[in-house]
Amino acid sequence: MTVGGARDRNWRYRLAAQRGALAAAAIFAIMFAVYGAAQPTGLSSDVVNTAANKGALLALVAMAQTVPVLTGGLDLSVGMIFMLTNCLASVIVTGSPVMTILGIAGVLAAGLACGLVNGLIVVYGRLQPLIATLATSAIYFGIALALRPQPGGDVNGDFADLMTRSTYGVPSSVVLIVAAVVLIWMPYRNSTLGRAAYAVGSSEQAAYMSGVPIARAKLCAYTLAGLFAAVGGLLLTCLTYSGEARAALGGDYTLNSIAALVIGGTSLFGGSGGVVGSVFGAFVMRTVGDLLVVFNINPVLQPLFVGVVLLFAVSLGSLRLLRVRNKLDLYR
Amino acid sequence: MLRSLPKIDVATLIAFGCIVLLLLLGGVAKPGFLSVDYLGQQLQVAAFLGVIATGEMIVILMGQIDLSIPWTIGIGGMMATGASGILGTALGVPLAVPFGILCGALIGVVNGWGVAYLRAPSMIFTLGMNAVAQGLMVYHTGGFAPQDRATSLMIELASGQWIPGFSNPLLVWIALGALTVYILTRTVFGRQIYAIGNRERAVFLSGVDSRRVTLIAFAFSGACAAAGGVLLAGWANRSYQAMGDPYLLPTIAAIVLGGTNVLGGRGTYLGTVAGVILITLLQSILSVLQPQDYFASMGIKLPADVFRQVVFGLVIIVMMMLYGREKAMR
Repeated sequence: MTVGGARDRNWRYRLAAQRGALAAAAIFAIMFAVYGAAQPTGLSSDVVNTAANKGALLALVAMAQTVPVLTGGLDLSVGMIFMLTNCLASVIVTGSPVMTILGIAGVLAAGLACGLVNGLIVVYGRLQPLIATLATSAIYFGIALALRPQPGGDVNGDFADLMTRSTYGVPSSVVLIVAAVVLIWMPYRNSTLGRAAYAVGSSEQAAYMSGVPIARAKLCAYTLAGLFAAVGGLLLTCLTYSGEARAALGGDYTLNSIAALVIGGTSLFGGSGGVVGSVFGAFVMRTVGDLLVVFNINPVLQPLFVGVVLLFAVSLGSLRLLRVRNKLDLYR
Repeated sequence: MLRSLPKIDVATLIAFGCIVLLLLLGGVAKPGFLSVDYLGQQLQVAAFLGVIATGEMIVILMGQIDLSIPWTIGIGGMMATGASGILGTALGVPLAVPFGILCGALIGVVNGWGVAYLRAPSMIFTLGMNAVAQGLMVYHTGGFAPQDRATSLMIELASGQWIPGFSNPLLVWIALGALTVYILTRTVFGRQIYAIGNRERAVFLSGVDSRRVTLIAFAFSGACAAAGGVLLAGWANRSYQAMGDPYLLPTIAAIVLGGTNVLGGRGTYLGTVAGVILITLLQSILSVLQPQDYFASMGIKLPADVFRQVVFGLVIIVMMMLYGREKAMR
């Protein structure tokens, strides 16, 4: 066996691992091309910027959801952390540049803290992630409501403009997501804790037996989820110049984040996938809505189409049933 | 006779203990709290949640989850109030209730088909169905609140009292609960539900068509959620968009607080009853105690919902710490 052959096969494995993300990226590219072609002005930088800003919010929350899901868990509170940090940012990210920077740090710290609390409850409280994050989501919503009983607030205008504008045709929100992937996700993915997260998600028992630091891996995963959600909350504040605590808003983002990560090829059972796929999954979800507008389809049909796309994406996974040789493999 | 005696587990006992504690607390805080009228009213409110939770519990016992609850409730309510518009007045008025429940059951059948036959993860498939159900209803109503009113039978079912002292929703819940307890403890189907929750593969190898069982269980869940929607529509005398949205989290919370394992295979209906009553009492206690007044006297103005949410979350965490912990890995 030559070295070249081994490297070649290695490459093929890597490609196979990214199949879900690549499929989501392809679907998004096609959908967005159709969207662009149907625009009267074509894909002007304004059109791209608006689409990017809308998609980036869900993309960040979906990234947040992905990390705990990789460990075989779930975080039902990402939408509420997103909303809590939005409300917090509308209070503290104002005033002089120094105050603004301190405020941004405070918002990110709040997100980290929320995620850490989730992680502590899951790891040391040994509660089911579903139940633990369900409970904390109620608490985070309560805190968000305490911060912003009525929608309102303000944000530093320069900062908001920086986050939402488009420079040489490249939207800042896309830069933000790329930065989050390159600066946070990729180092994490290649670190011991990142690998441990995948190991725990594949088989917690085997990971435990192999001496993988399970507790730290899970803690880190939930904390990272809090951070990603906080970045999303910050971006939402920049887009709306205000904060709003509305239960339906947080709930929608949580549920859509699960949908986005499934479209992006991450397994809900943990152990395979990644945030890049989730980003494209999120953009696919958002572009469905835009396409409806372009084709003059009644906007009230939007939830129906989003649901059908989601069911279709899940059903694609059922194609594997055709390859099953032993019927027993169908069952857990 | 493996289960001839009702076995009360720790979770149910603790949940009932908490109910007693809440009752005492309420009695101290407000004199009228322990009156028969007020408690009867609480049970009536609990019955709506109880009916919805019954179906979801069966699904959770199988180790699956049904996240399409909110809009299945909406479908139940809207189809029941809109039945006369769809089926015609002659058929629609008498058939309003079964029609609403049937539509919910259909959503459940699609859920069950996807989970059982397509082997899709229930969490995501039911989520998709929730969006589809929402889409269908929003399309049906054009995005506006439906103009149809509840039929007199629905209003009677939701707020009347056929037996003095027992409101009708409570009677519905008792009947549904008795049926569920019978199914879960006395029938083969009930055994199969528990068995699938423990290990579906073993059930399949025992010669049981586990996929059919899953399908029926999801259909039952859809029917229960829709029945809850019919009752809610009767109670409010109308149906409205997003009428089911506030019910998803309390439903799951009530079931897990009642000691049902969220991974499936373990749980008793009595526990779910305790969980439902506990959640309902908790919400009513907070509206009686009005902690926001206390904070307002210190100069901090907070909406009442803040306390409801935070206490709701804390109670779930504290109670699950008491009896819902997983075994340490070893």
